[in-house]
Amino acid sequence: MNANGRPTKRRLDYELIEALVPNGARVLDLGCGDGRLLAQLAQNKGCQGYGIEINERYVLECIKRGVPVYHGDMMEGMTHYRDQSFDLVILSQTLQQTHRPLEVIQEMLRVGKTAIISFPNFGYWRVRLRLLISGRMPVNDLLPYTWHTTPNVHLCTVTDFRELCDANNLVRTRALFLVPPARQISRLLANWRAGLAIFEIRRGG
Amino acid sequence: MAQDVVHDVPEYFAPDEDSVGLVETRYYTPELPPEGFALECGRSLPSITLAYETYGELNEARDNAVLIVHALSGDAHVAGVHSLEDRKAGWWDVTVGPGKPYDTTKYYVICSNILGSCRGSTGPSSIDPETGKPYGLSFPMVTIGDMVRAQALLVDHLGIDRLLAVTGGSMGGFQALEWAVRYPHRVASVHAIATSARLSTQAIAFDEVGRQAIMADPDWLGGDYYGRSTPRAGLAIARMIGHITYLSEEQMHHKFGRRLQDRESFSYDFRTDFQVESYLKYQGDAFVARFDANSYLYITRAMDYYDLSAGYHSLVEAMAGVQAEFLVVSFTSDWLFPTHQAIEIVRALQANGVPTTFIEIPSSYGHDSFLLPNQQLGDVITGFLAHVHERIGADRSAVSAP
Repeated sequence: MNANGRPTKRRLDYELIEALVPNGARVLDLGCGDGRLLAQLAQNKGCQGYGIEINERYVLECIKRGVPVYHGDMMEGMTHYRDQSFDLVILSQTLQQTHRPLEVIQEMLRVGKTAIISFPNFGYWRVRLRLLISGRMPVNDLLPYTWHTTPNVHLCTVTDFRELCDANNLVRTRALFLVPPARQISRLLANWRAGLAIFEIRRGG
Repeated sequence: MAQDVVHDVPEYFAPDEDSVGLVETRYYTPELPPEGFALECGRSLPSITLAYETYGELNEARDNAVLIVHALSGDAHVAGVHSLEDRKAGWWDVTVGPGKPYDTTKYYVICSNILGSCRGSTGPSSIDPETGKPYGLSFPMVTIGDMVRAQALLVDHLGIDRLLAVTGGSMGGFQALEWAVRYPHRVASVHAIATSARLSTQAIAFDEVGRQAIMADPDWLGGDYYGRSTPRAGLAIARMIGHITYLSEEQMHHKFGRRLQDRESFSYDFRTDFQVESYLKYQGDAFVARFDANSYLYITRAMDYYDLSAGYHSLVEAMAGVQAEFLVVSFTSDWLFPTHQAIEIVRALQANGVPTTFIEIPSSYGHDSFLLPNQQLGDVITGFLAHVHERIGADRSAVSAP
């Protein structure tokens, strides 16, 4: 859809994320891009959706779709929401671009009861193979940037993410795995097989 | 002489094909109880008149009315022209008209001149019925809240229960916020543009310099100058200061640089050398011809006093009852109403769960950005308003369904 590639690549996980969202939920989408997911959730699931987006061109697209959106940084944009004021907070393929991923996740679970986080799996066999064989940083549909233009500063693997959850009392309530372009796969050897992972997490008791 | 520079200034109001065309200002004088129109300062006005204009048609459901509220020096004349000889269209003609963001083929647009003004509504230059002379400084202090309560009478008179939108920039934004807090059930959406929930210390400081310039003018005479020569010099200086705060350093540099006006070299005296001087003088003189110095004092005072959170523990608490959806817009180069002040409004709304859209639009034109042609601002308003109108329609059909 555009040079940045974001809305296009995100379509991959939209349907699966939509399936995880309960009807009528209050949803906050961090880095919501052009607001397509939120507009879809409003239409198909009667959700009340809010977005945070830093790129003003996308903000404009959100407004055209009737999606309430905050133009700015996601951490800054979350600070004034009250505790547990959302049923669900979504972070779709953006975790790896945040400077403090754990703080983002913790803030998501302060303002929301549940978080859905999707990210490109750096343990995906194609990524490993590219690095192993060519000795170069991977570039593919999910990681479309060259090493010197990438906004991704905190890439991780499925195993890394699971360990982060375990170490911080975050409960994984659901996990979905995909290979490009959009095929869902089982959780067997997901850290090898999955190009994209989607986790639903909550705070542990 | 200054004309060359003036033409070089952004052309705010170029008449165009999508104009509302010929319009006229109307006047409304509500029937008041015997005690008159009570004001927040504790005094009251025996009668009030509001100048207003409307464009477009109120639909059958009466749900398409947009109230535009104006800033310090504005008036009811938002769009179109009063006569075919007019050089300029209304002050926000870029956003109001057929096919424009406030599309007069879809929406019924109302703009009322504020209480305290000199542009047709009751203000310090109006005749005090008790003395038969202009009020001058005996005019009671009016607040943003008073202005809004007067507007509500006009909206009643026009037969509208609930406004689709109240929209305003700068001090107009103060009134729009006030509407949402004071009349939560009567406002479906608020468009708060280049504004804040309270006037900043710096802006109060600029207001005070402007007022001091007026009051130091020997022709001001304690405000009792009507029928004599008016405090032109003081009011012009106040306007010049105002204009500096409405522009940005970048834009001033771009428009005028250090270029000289109609000369090759310095005069080595204190005549007008620089183009920027010529521009400010022109703006000052043009303003004096259409504005009353006492109104300038009263309205800037009302701005100074404005603080939406006054009487509450916090801004969050002040906005607890808000029912309108909000659109908050700031501009990158606006240093009079900077973005962080807009974000303060947004956060208070978010804390209350109010559906709020916020965008900071890149512009180099400073505070004036909201008055100038701006594609993004237009798109934002158009998109936002269309969805609010659609939702209201959907809600209504849901309610009326058996």
